Amino acid sequence: MTDQATTSGIVEGVGIGPAKPRAVKLDRSDVVLQTISYIFVTVFAIFCIAPFVLILSASFSTESAIMKSGFGLLPKEFTLDAYEWIFRAPRQIIGSYVVTITMTVCGTAIGLFIISMTGYALNRKDFPFRNHISFFIYFTTLFSAGLAPTFLWIARDLGLRGSYFAVFLQLLMTPWLIILMKNFMRTVPYEIIESGKVDGAGDFRIFAQLCLPMMKPALATIGLFLALGYWNEWYLSSLYLGSTVEFKPLQYHLYNIINTANALRNSVAGSNVSITNLPSNTLKMASAIVAIGPILLLYPFIQKYFVSGITIGAVKG
Amino acid sequence: MATEETPGRRKSFLQQLNTSKVLLLMCVPAVVFFVVFNYAPLPGAWIAFTNFNYRDGIFGSPFVGFRNFEFLIKSGQLWTLTRNTILYNLAFIVFGNILQIAIAIMLNEIRSTFFKKISQAAMFLPFFISAVLVGVIAFNLLNYDTGAINALIRETGGDPIKIYSTAGAWPLIIIMVHLWQSTGYGSIVYFAAIMGIDRSLYEAATVDGASAWQRIRYVTLPSLKPTFIILVLFSLGGIMHGNFGLFWNLIGNNASLFSTTDIIETSVYRMVLSQNNFTTSTAVGLYQSLFGFALVMTANWIVRRINKDYALF
Repeated sequence: MTDQATTSGIVEGVGIGPAKPRAVKLDRSDVVLQTISYIFVTVFAIFCIAPFVLILSASFSTESAIMKSGFGLLPKEFTLDAYEWIFRAPRQIIGSYVVTITMTVCGTAIGLFIISMTGYALNRKDFPFRNHISFFIYFTTLFSAGLAPTFLWIARDLGLRGSYFAVFLQLLMTPWLIILMKNFMRTVPYEIIESGKVDGAGDFRIFAQLCLPMMKPALATIGLFLALGYWNEWYLSSLYLGSTVEFKPLQYHLYNIINTANALRNSVAGSNVSITNLPSNTLKMASAIVAIGPILLLYPFIQKYFVSGITIGAVKG
Repeated sequence: MATEETPGRRKSFLQQLNTSKVLLLMCVPAVVFFVVFNYAPLPGAWIAFTNFNYRDGIFGSPFVGFRNFEFLIKSGQLWTLTRNTILYNLAFIVFGNILQIAIAIMLNEIRSTFFKKISQAAMFLPFFISAVLVGVIAFNLLNYDTGAINALIRETGGDPIKIYSTAGAWPLIIIMVHLWQSTGYGSIVYFAAIMGIDRSLYEAATVDGASAWQRIRYVTLPSLKPTFIILVLFSLGGIMHGNFGLFWNLIGNNASLFSTTDIIETSVYRMVLSQNNFTTSTAVGLYQSLFGFALVMTANWIVRRINKDYALF
């Protein structure tokens, strides 16, 4: 691709003629590159957004229109039918929301506390065990027991099968987030810790009262990564909760709607069952919108924190 | 640990413990977490060498040596899974990095801050959604009866395609979905690296009469080389580990697509959850972990030789 680009640049330069002043040639290649950039980035951005529009418009379409002409970018025969179906019996979806919000809030708060405490200690250069503990945590990313032994251990030996704690606890932290926090902590000048020591503050007080207030951007970034992990969780739920709980976490609830509706549709295909009353296609799409709604609403406010997290995390993962 | 050491040294270890006891306590919750959820299950990998049954437990079940591995190798399953996992990851690495770099360079060329912000936000959005939702989107686009692509084909008078039973189409689909979800994220890393390039290099290039293409070829790309090498090497270290959520929510139990889409993670998940097959799945998992570990160590060794600062350990 780069080769082609270079060639076309040279060809255009020749086209203008070698006698022309340099500035003109420069402008020309700049303009070409900028035009390509605007077009390509626009196309790719639309490619990224379009699927969301497809889901949104499908959720506002009638089932018959979808069955007749398929999904499209614009709503077909605008209706709130699918949302009415969801909220006609809202018990399930409200229960799922409560479970997910509770887990997200508690998990983010507790996880953030533990991660920042650990990150702080591991960043203290006068802490003699910091390398050992860092490696102890990092090693878990290199080698794992695998799904089956972990599943047996947590579900059977710890007795967490069917317990929300199997999901909640495992999402509290990741080695990567601890390393990220440790990197953020480097931005706290060592003199601040020293001054705290001189004033006779203990290590925990230095952390809680001097460092944490300075770490607000880091807490926001890592807190958002944790919250996203809880909000999007479906995998651990499928392993440890299955159908044992009445209210499934939101994304796992969606997972079941998608897959059971599929199974339902396949099993009744060709026979005249009253299941045709159920707008299964639009219902799935409306459920999807309900499950990502809060993320889409908060997205403009939270996006920038992720950017700073990725940028800092990329410096040294 | 070193209890037979000289008293002086032992005392200093105790002193170290004493002076840093608060910091140690602050690490306790995290250490306990990793002991319980990551280290404690490790001995369970022994299942790979047994004919496991619930009643006798992990260490009471009959020992069968390498028979579980023999089965996996002889049935050809291990080869298929390894090939699929590695080829998909290679494709993700190659196409992912090319696209991310291209987009980062283009974003850097765009002068309008407003356009830059909006397009970045749009490209980053797919990163925020759950794998389940990726599955919904794929269904919306690809299914035979109502999928948007087939709707378009019907409208233009063509014959709709049964995509969910065409195994050959899925490598392309999975790669595109992966690029859709991860390019925004990855291009931010490269964009940050471009922002870090010394501006005077560009000014010098302009003074020397370099075209926009030459600036990219001789300034931007060489400056991105370290970032690129490090990112690629670390992705290579993880080449044995697939993106389970993506594959599972696109393919699930659709056996007609397994030949081109089954990776280690999806196969293990199916064995555990729907077949209750703990022995074979543990054997696959252990093989994956050991092979993957060797690859990370190799990748890290190479990184250390290139630039010590970038090495993880």
